[in-house]
Amino acid sequence: MAKPELKRVSEYCWRIEPFGRMTVPGVIFADHNLINDIDEKTMSQVCNVAALPGIVKASFAMPDAHMGYGFCIGGVAAFDPDAGGVISGGGVGFDISCGVRTFHTGLTLDDIKSNKEKLADALFRDIPAGVGSTGTISLTNEAMDNMLAGGAVWAVERGFGTKEDLDYIEEHGVIKGANPAKVSADAKRRQRDEMGTLGSGNHYLEMQRVAEIYDTQIAEGFGIKKGDLLISIHCGSRGLGHQIGTDYLRQMANDAPKYGIELPDRELASVPINSPLGQDYLGAMRAGINCALANRQILTALVRKTFAKIFPKAELKMLYDVSHNTAKIEAHEVDGKMKELLIHRKGATRSFGPGSSDLPARYKPFGQPVLIGGSMGTASYILAGTTESENLAFSSACHGAGRSMSRTAATKKYQGNQIVKDLAQRKIIIKSRSMRGLAEEAPGAYKNVSAVVEATANAGLAKKVARLTPLICVKG
Amino acid sequence: MWEHFAHQSDIGIRAQADSLGGAFEDAAVGLTAIVTDPSAVIPAQSVNIECLGEDEEDLFFKWMSKIIFEMDVRKMLFSKYEVKIDSLKLSAVAWGEKVNFGRHSPAVESKAVTLNQLCVKNENGKWICQCVIDV
Repeated sequence: MAKPELKRVSEYCWRIEPFGRMTVPGVIFADHNLINDIDEKTMSQVCNVAALPGIVKASFAMPDAHMGYGFCIGGVAAFDPDAGGVISGGGVGFDISCGVRTFHTGLTLDDIKSNKEKLADALFRDIPAGVGSTGTISLTNEAMDNMLAGGAVWAVERGFGTKEDLDYIEEHGVIKGANPAKVSADAKRRQRDEMGTLGSGNHYLEMQRVAEIYDTQIAEGFGIKKGDLLISIHCGSRGLGHQIGTDYLRQMANDAPKYGIELPDRELASVPINSPLGQDYLGAMRAGINCALANRQILTALVRKTFAKIFPKAELKMLYDVSHNTAKIEAHEVDGKMKELLIHRKGATRSFGPGSSDLPARYKPFGQPVLIGGSMGTASYILAGTTESENLAFSSACHGAGRSMSRTAATKKYQGNQIVKDLAQRKIIIKSRSMRGLAEEAPGAYKNVSAVVEATANAGLAKKVARLTPLICVKG
Repeated sequence: MWEHFAHQSDIGIRAQADSLGGAFEDAAVGLTAIVTDPSAVIPAQSVNIECLGEDEEDLFFKWMSKIIFEMDVRKMLFSKYEVKIDSLKLSAVAWGEKVNFGRHSPAVESKAVTLNQLCVKNENGKWICQCVIDV
C-alpha cells in the first residue's frame, strides 16, 4: 500500500481523507519531523481501523505512533455499540492495561545521596523482575477470581496499600463489568505466581527527579515541585493479560466474517460489541485491567516496604495510575449529544480534562495526570488532560516515546554494559539481569520523548506540567 | 534451521526444515533464543506437549503458544524438542531446565504469538514456518 496522502490541518495535526473502505478520516497528531518518521505500515494501520464498523469521528494516532498489530501503537478509536460498533482484540493488544503509576517520596537528592546505591540494590533485590521471576504470593482459584473482579481494591483490602491510594487510580482502582468466568484456566494458571512482578522488556521501576516545572499551578495541584524525587512503575497484567490476548484474538479474527465483518487486516480481530464473543472478551479484558491494577498495587506495597527499611520517615503517596492498552465504555459528546462509546486506546493514555467526575476532588480543577514514561536514560513527563482533548481525540494522549528501532537492530548497535557505563557517567544507576535486554531497550532505540510530548502538548491533547529525569532504573 | 527477523517492536522467528515437525522444532529453539542463548540451557527435565490444529498454520500458532505457556508457568527454558505430527495432531517432548538468572541472563520474556506474518508453507519440498512474538 502506498503512503496515504496527508493533508495538514494545523502545525500538529494531519488528516487522511477517507478512501477505499474507510468510513471516517485518519487523524494523526505529530509535528513535521515526527510525521516524516511515521512509516507506511503505521499509516495503513490507521486507515484500516477507519474501515471498521461503527467507528465514530475518526481513527486517531498519537504523536508516539508506530507499527503495532492491527491498530498501531498510539492508536485511538471509538465505536458506537448501537451502530454495530466493534470491539477489537487488536485494539487492546496482549499487554492489557500495561500502565504507569507514580508516587511522591517526599525526598530530595540531598536525602538520598549517601544511600542511592543501597536503595538501587534493595529495589533490585526486593522487586521481582525479569523472565522467570515469581511474586511473593500465590493465588488460589477463589482468590484469583476475587482479584480479577476487584483490582486494586482487592489488593488494598488485603493490606497492599491504603484506601487513599484508590482515589488516585483510574476508575478508583477497579473497572466494573469484569467477568472472571470468561478468563481461561490457562490465563489464570499463568498468573498464579506472578502477582507483584514487574515483567520484562520495556517494563521498569524508576526513581526520578523533577527537573523542570512547566505549569506551576497544576504542578502545585498535583503536589510536585522542582527537585522532588518520585518513583514510577511501568508494568501490566503479566501472563494473564498475555493469555487473554492469545485466547481471544485468533477467535475474534476467525469469527469476524460470521458478523459480516471483512477485516482489512486479520490482526484487527474484531466482533460486534453486542455479540456474545464481544461481551465475553469485554468481560475477560476488564478482568485483565483489574489484574494490572492489582499487580501495580502489590508492587506499590513492595516498594514502600523497601523504602521503609532505608528511609523510615519517607511516605510514598500516590500521584496517579494510568493505563494504556484498554477498551473502555465512556460517555463522549458526538454531534452535540452524549453517547456511550467504547474507546480503544492502544499504547495511548486517557487524558480527561478539568472537572471530570472520575478525578479525585484534589485534581478536578487541573485535569487528569497523564504519565509519560521514558526509556532509562531519557526524561519522563507529567502532563495534565485538557478540555480541548475531548474534542480532539476523545480525551486521549500519547503514552511514551515509542520505538524507532527494532530489537534486532538495537542489539547490533548497542552493548548493554556500555549503556550502564554511559548512564553511570550521568549519575543514573541501571539494574538489570540481562545486558542483551538493556541493549534492546537502549534509549537510542526509542523516538525522542521530548519531541513526542511537545507535539502532544502543542496539539492540545494534554498540557505539559513537569519533566522528570531518571536516577535509578530497575529494568524488567 | 531458524533465524530471527526484525519487527519494529518485537521479534520474528522463521524456521525451515525437511519435515513440518522439524520446522516446528527449529522454530521453538528460535523462541528460546528470544530469551537466552539456547546452548546455555541444559536439557535436564522433560515436559510433554500436545495440541491439535485446524490446519498447519493453526497448529503452529498453538504449538508456539503452548511452549510460551509452559515456559511461563514452569519458569523454564527449553533447548531441545522432539515433535511428531500426525493428521494435524501434535505430540512433543520439550527438554530444558528452570531459569537460572546467573547462567541464562534472560533478556526478555515471550508474551504471545501474534497473527503478524504468521505463515506455514511448503516450498520446493521444504517446510517453512514463521511468526512474530510479542515481547
